[in-house]
Amino acid sequence: MKKFLLAFTLLMGVVAQAQTPEELVRSIKSKLDRVSNYSATGKMKTNVIFLKAPIAKVQVYFRKPDQLRILNEKGISFIPKGSMNMDLSQLFIDPAGFDLLDLGNDKKTGWRIIKLLPRDPVSDVVLSTIYVDAAAGLIRRSSTTTRENGTFELEMSYGTYAEYGLADKVIFSFNSQEYKLPKGITFDYDDGSGKKSTSTGKPTKGRVEIYYSNYQINKGVPDSVFR
Amino acid sequence: MLALLWIELNKIFRRPRTYIAFGAMAAIVWLIQLALYFDGQAYVDLLLSNLSGSFEFSDLFKTQLLNGYLICFVILNTLLIQMPLLVALVAGDSIAGEASQGTLRFQLTRPISRAQLIFVKFAASVVYVLCLLLWLALLALLGSVLLFGVNDLVVLRSTGIEQMQMDDVFWRYLAAFGFAAIALTTVAALSLLLSVLSENPIGPIIATMSVVLVFTILSEMNIPIYDTTVKPWLFTTHMVAWKGFFYVQADAEGATVRGSVENLPAVLRSAGILLGYIALFLWTSIYLFRRKDILT
Repeated sequence: MKKFLLAFTLLMGVVAQAQTPEELVRSIKSKLDRVSNYSATGKMKTNVIFLKAPIAKVQVYFRKPDQLRILNEKGISFIPKGSMNMDLSQLFIDPAGFDLLDLGNDKKTGWRIIKLLPRDPVSDVVLSTIYVDAAAGLIRRSSTTTRENGTFELEMSYGTYAEYGLADKVIFSFNSQEYKLPKGITFDYDDGSGKKSTSTGKPTKGRVEIYYSNYQINKGVPDSVFR
Repeated sequence: MLALLWIELNKIFRRPRTYIAFGAMAAIVWLIQLALYFDGQAYVDLLLSNLSGSFEFSDLFKTQLLNGYLICFVILNTLLIQMPLLVALVAGDSIAGEASQGTLRFQLTRPISRAQLIFVKFAASVVYVLCLLLWLALLALLGSVLLFGVNDLVVLRSTGIEQMQMDDVFWRYLAAFGFAAIALTTVAALSLLLSVLSENPIGPIIATMSVVLVFTILSEMNIPIYDTTVKPWLFTTHMVAWKGFFYVQADAEGATVRGSVENLPAVLRSAGILLGYIALFLWTSIYLFRRKDILT
């Protein structure tokens, strides 16, 4: 039995590796295409060096082709620029718009690394790299460099909704710009501790983690959400 | 003593000029609320201009940000710097006003000690301070909450942003108003002390304003030599410690810790220093008043 399982795993690996990048992207796209809209509840954790924010209960709404909205159920949430990139189907709206470059497998994880180079010379996306779990047909990690908003990185963990290519946990990393306001505006209270601010005043990486708990897939999302 | 306090309060609240402070505060608060009600978006845009490179701000976000709690914070930032001047109007008048009207000697013919008289004058000033703060709370907090609603409070500091959930904010305002009462009582005590030294109320009122003004400028200036030598001992440095209640702790991942204060010992230390100043000013007032020749 063990031998059979080993042989099966190896075979799957070989089959997966045998897939061309185009075939892999097609299989991912067909999975993502099953979802035309969704809403999901989630818990959002924001980690930016100059921001102290509570963990928020959020509602995430998506509608094809490129509408994504994160709403705090009971309060305010700072939503990073380029959060639209949290939804990967963005990348696959037009797979023919990219040249694909197969970089083989990642040594640690075994994930297939595929680079997507946009054919449109004025496209906002300069380069995307996706790390694909070929056996499961899921994107595990991605990195997208844009002209306007720097580089975004995504890390995804899947569970119940893996068959739709929807993650249970998404970690979105983005470039946060420097933040500094004159003390003459803020009239800060100096507590005399001499403690230096954690903010460097320079661009750093920010991180948003969303833990999804309940997807409502293809049940419709009202227009009012995106207004 | 209570009867005497009642008489003093009657004196204060029968004077029309007492209400100048209440009127001035109402005017400032309403003007700020009115401006933000009609042009709040422009103000929010200005606040967020430094963040627009990192975050995207929808109209809904801006509307939620401009809530009653934020408006109250903006008003307190503006008014708690000016309020000492309003306190000086009453406290500075308490002894010197009686001296200039020629009623001080008459008052001391009654069977009360000079220390008791100072205590009563001080207590009356404290009641006045509390009434001013209650008025401010009604206008700035209740008024803003009714006008703009409530939501999470976002406080912008020079090097960071603090966000508190809406149900973690109200107690902070109670604490801040409590702290402001101690801060303004310090000014009242200083004003009373200066009032003991003068025969004319204008002198102590202007002297209090000048001291508060000079000390506030010194407290806000960033001159390294003063930072460790002078600033820690200026009472004006500690008067803004009410803001400490709006600076929160965060866990290792930057998430706000609910119900926390970033540096509570420092806020309590500031309160302690102010209470020390109150005791010092009051004791000095009694000491000087006991030795004073009352000629009018």
